[in-house]
Amino acid sequence: MLIKDRVIKYGSNVDTDVIIPARYLNTTSEKELALHCFEDLDADFIKKASHSRIIVAGDNFGCGSSREHAPLSIKASGIKLIIAKTFARIFFRNAINIGLPLIQNAKAAEEIKEGEELEVDLNKGIIKNISSGRKYSITPVPDFIQGIISSGGYINYIKETLKKGKS
Amino acid sequence: MAQKILAYHCGRDFVNEGELINAKVDLVLGNDITMPLAIEEFKKLGTGDVFDRSKIVIVPDHFTPNKDIKSAQQCRFMREFAIRQKIKNYFEVGRMGIEHALLPEMGLVLPGFLVIGADSHTCTYGALGAASTGVGSTDVAVAMATGTAWFMVPGSVKFIYSGKLNKWVTGKDLILYTIGLIGVDGALYMSMEFSGPVIEDLSMDSRFTMCNMAIEAGGKFGIIEHDLKTQKFLEDKTDKKYKIFKPDAGADYFRTVEINCDDVGLQVAFPHLPSNVRNAENAKNIKIDQVVIGSCTNGRMEDLKIAAEIMKGKKASEKVRTIIIPATQKIYLEAMEKGYIKIFIESGCAVSTPTCGPCLGGHMGILAEGERSVSTTNRNFVGRMGHPASEVYLSGPAVAAASAIAGRIAVPEEVL
Repeated sequence: MLIKDRVIKYGSNVDTDVIIPARYLNTTSEKELALHCFEDLDADFIKKASHSRIIVAGDNFGCGSSREHAPLSIKASGIKLIIAKTFARIFFRNAINIGLPLIQNAKAAEEIKEGEELEVDLNKGIIKNISSGRKYSITPVPDFIQGIISSGGYINYIKETLKKGKS
Repeated sequence: MAQKILAYHCGRDFVNEGELINAKVDLVLGNDITMPLAIEEFKKLGTGDVFDRSKIVIVPDHFTPNKDIKSAQQCRFMREFAIRQKIKNYFEVGRMGIEHALLPEMGLVLPGFLVIGADSHTCTYGALGAASTGVGSTDVAVAMATGTAWFMVPGSVKFIYSGKLNKWVTGKDLILYTIGLIGVDGALYMSMEFSGPVIEDLSMDSRFTMCNMAIEAGGKFGIIEHDLKTQKFLEDKTDKKYKIFKPDAGADYFRTVEINCDDVGLQVAFPHLPSNVRNAENAKNIKIDQVVIGSCTNGRMEDLKIAAEIMKGKKASEKVRTIIIPATQKIYLEAMEKGYIKIFIESGCAVSTPTCGPCLGGHMGILAEGERSVSTTNRNFVGRMGHPASEVYLSGPAVAAASAIAGRIAVPEEVL
């Protein structure tokens, strides 16, 4: 999977309450959730996400609540990839489960700046910063997680597994 | 200890840190925010029925009693699913309580259980010696269909609490102090094992509070070894047999943190992180508009008892809206029988039926721009209780009750 896009950059401890405030959790509609994504942190997010579709952040991205509405709203707003120093664990598994790719890379997350253009090859495991010329290698994810992401999420992965079990 | 529980649930003698495993779960939990999404995903799997209707728990507690039309629709969708699937443990308004107080009270979680819940504070049940953790709606959907979930095996951090608890100090102060020490990602992906003489003496209510907030340090599990207190707690709640897991004597810990409780006073976490902790003595003179005593963290009998002791015969400040929410119907009733509810009402507090409402800025106590609340809840992120420019100060019940009377952040000695 090759992702070429510009960067929106945030700091550390971006919590799920600022990703999607609880006042909008009375719906499961992805489109509706996307309208309020990052509303309390960055009022310009939706505008930015129309031309920059990679988020780069600091430590503990997605900390707080288990609401899957958080990665769903990010994905539905057009974001293709999140690179962070570290991810909070529930957000990490939720993003994998819905098929939103994540990369944990402290050096890349530190050095990459807002607005820079990246080319990320998830299969080869390389982040190329086109703007700065720097390259970073991605630690390969375990086969199981890779399997979920290539199936397009945990539900599809399980459906395929159940099908295999029956045949 | 959590590693042993995980190993048992995937039929192995041991598992290694960092390993990915698929394990059988004993209980799957969801609420009115996460369950509707889980049901939609469950339907996509096309398996028809849930794997075991007695192992799924559904609690409408966040936006209930229904706060608006959309929430009512979500709750109805969930209720219809529960009826269709004959879910044994669906708790309707009137019998419902805040899930993490309700499940232990109903004897639904046993020591040695592996529990997942689509609510981050599912780690609460570690106080019963269970490996219990928060997951997302998709995880719950798959677990409802297959009875299994994937886990990355965590390492463990051991916390040893020694010394003596200071006056009014409870589990909330200990956990806030701990999070202040290690940070909001200080136990990221880790299992937090709480131990030591102070934990052995600690009430079950305070143990639940401590395990409840493991997630605020990034933890996967917060767990306390089963002992006589656990056994006593379960005595009148279940007659089911359970398997007890103990930590190995020579267990390998990623880190050991020793805390002398003589040094731990009443704590307050300032906006906007639970790790932004100060001694309550250094937090006085901050004017407040609201006090909330309740939630899955501090809505249990011990919390209400402390609040009642401090508020008895005194008036809550007229400048403060004080909202008290017993976490379950049983706690509500017991607080009434003990006279606590009378004390609260005479003091000028609003007492509510169980709901998570204000904790997550849902309903029942939303803050306006610039307003401040002292709250016994678990998070003080930007906009958590309402307007993005409002502030939440986290504390235990003693500071919350004293602050309600003083109209500013206060410690009990100032109002007694």
